[in-house]
Amino acid sequence: MLILTCPCCGVTAEETEFHGGGEAHVTRFGPGSSEDDFHGYLFEKVNPKGVHFERWRHNNGCGKWFHAARCTVTLEVFGTYSAQTTEPPQDIKDKISAKRPGWSWREFA
Amino acid sequence: MKRYSAFAVAREALRNHMGWERAWASPEPKKKYDVIIIGAGGHGLATAYYLGKNFGITNVAVLEKGWLGGGNTGRNTTIIRSNYLQDPSAAMYEKSRSLYETLSQDLNYNIMYSPRGVIMLAQTEHEVRGYKRTAHANALQGVTTEFISPQRVKEIVPIINLDGPRYPVLGGLWQARAGTARHDAVAWGFARACSAMGMDIIQKCEVTGISREGGRVTGVSTNRGDIACDKLGIVVAGHSGHLADMAGFRLPIESVSLQALVSEPIKPCMDCVVMANTVHGYMSQSDKGEMVIGGGTDGYNNYTQRGAFHHIEETVRALVETFPMISRLKMLRQWGGIVDVTGDRSPILSKTPVEGVFINCGWGTGGFKATPGSGWGFAELMAKGHSPLCNEFGLNRFKEGRFIDESVAAGVAH
Ligand SMILES: Cc1cc2nc3c(=O)[nH]c(=O)nc-3n(C[C@H](O)[C@H](O)[C@H](O)COP(=O)(O)OP(=O)(O)OC[C@H]3O[C@@H](n4cnc5c(N)ncnc54)[C@H](O)[C@@H]3O)c2cc1C
Ligand SMILES: [Zn+2]
Repeated sequence: MLILTCPCCGVTAEETEFHGGGEAHVTRFGPGSSEDDFHGYLFEKVNPKGVHFERWRHNNGCGKWFHAARCTVTLEVFGTYSAQTTEPPQDIKDKISAKRPGWSWREFA
Repeated sequence: MKRYSAFAVAREALRNHMGWERAWASPEPKKKYDVIIIGAGGHGLATAYYLGKNFGITNVAVLEKGWLGGGNTGRNTTIIRSNYLQDPSAAMYEKSRSLYETLSQDLNYNIMYSPRGVIMLAQTEHEVRGYKRTAHANALQGVTTEFISPQRVKEIVPIINLDGPRYPVLGGLWQARAGTARHDAVAWGFARACSAMGMDIIQKCEVTGISREGGRVTGVSTNRGDIACDKLGIVVAGHSGHLADMAGFRLPIESVSLQALVSEPIKPCMDCVVMANTVHGYMSQSDKGEMVIGGGTDGYNNYTQRGAFHHIEETVRALVETFPMISRLKMLRQWGGIVDVTGDRSPILSKTPVEGVFINCGWGTGGFKATPGSGWGFAELMAKGHSPLCNEFGLNRFKEGRFIDESVAAGVAH
């Protein structure tokens, strides 16, 4: 059972109050893009065993989207942060580094 | 390999069972193999078996990080059926189901295939229409299924409650030759047959890297040293993304935990499998008498082999409505497996961007039924470079938009 804190309204609740929205910080490619870029955007998942960044929605609460950084093996949540960013903020990355030295995820480390 | 037979049982009974041999050898890894298969689940072992049996390729190692059959092969609820919607799926799953019919004889190992019949309940008008459509598609594909009335459902499953309360039973899709098998025995039977052909099954051997030279695979690194190979088959279910990462490519796959539970054993009360996709639950009774119950998948990626707790309540709630008599049963055990889910809910049996590396994955919540068929096709793909059974299941189908959409047919995890 995951316990998440919504950074929008501050509520801390069990996973049943939230809804997972998949891999975070995905660059969206539209109609004008190359086939490879479009394919990568739609289908190529990192699906990591360990540190992962995801989008979540507080759907049985304030209804807003946010980001979460967590471990897919231990279910530990490193932190949650605003949806209005294209990369994980430094303080979240520091928290992960403290617990998982040498981690990397896509282009972030 | 000494054959198992009624005579062997009698012979061993007379000498205190001292003559049984180990079912498979536990060799040290060699320096090089023609083919390495990563993952000694049912699919990996079946692939090795048919590489030997159908193509005479026996310089093969199957590497397993834990114990053989300890992944999803030993964790599933053992449902075998082939009533899918799309033609490529029907071909694959029906091939597999038909191989199951004679697998015990073929392997000289009792896998306890029990074609006891599977009903998928229709509990909404949409499901009635959907299953009628599937029954018509199955007729064209040569897969024997029929749409049956609620009264027929009640005759087959006397313990069912037809009238709801929320979702009355409006009919069902019935496949009489579908059923179950002993999942561990499937892995063990294939392992024994592979070992007898001289293949090496190496347990507690975790692959930690995939070596390449000029875009071609040369071998793997493991916790028991480096091993070279000409061809590599990745057959690791939930860990497919992890292994693909080692080989330098990504997959259209997300790994989640899927769980199941079993009750205390009771007297025989249901001699078929019932799946209720709308309320999300399914149940069968094992030969030991336990009610075997399939639960839900987690809503987010994870590798926990556990599953979220609230799914147990959801599943049990759904099944108590459908089978009121189980409301006082105690549950004995609960567990999870990491399933590899694709967007169209169909598997991937394919070449990869790395030459010599083949991947067999994406079976998600429903690949036990496909174990022999998948091994049959994937062995052909690895030996010859193409296979009619696997052609439509290539990785390129995503880029080319040729999905094999089974997400409706597989509305419930099985
Ligand atoms: C709870 C549950 C219920 C299910 N119910 C059904 C059902 O009723 N009917 C049905 O048809 N299907 C069902 N399934 C799905 C089915 O179990 C799987 O699709 C199928 O067993 C997959 O077999 P496999 O051989 O590909 O994978 P696995 O049996 O998981 O084998 C993969 C192996 O690879 C090994 N491995 C992983 N990484 C490495 C590494 N780095 N090095 C070496 N080895 C490695 C693992 O240890 C594992 O043993 C269910 C699954 C679950 C979890
Ligand atoms: Zn909120």
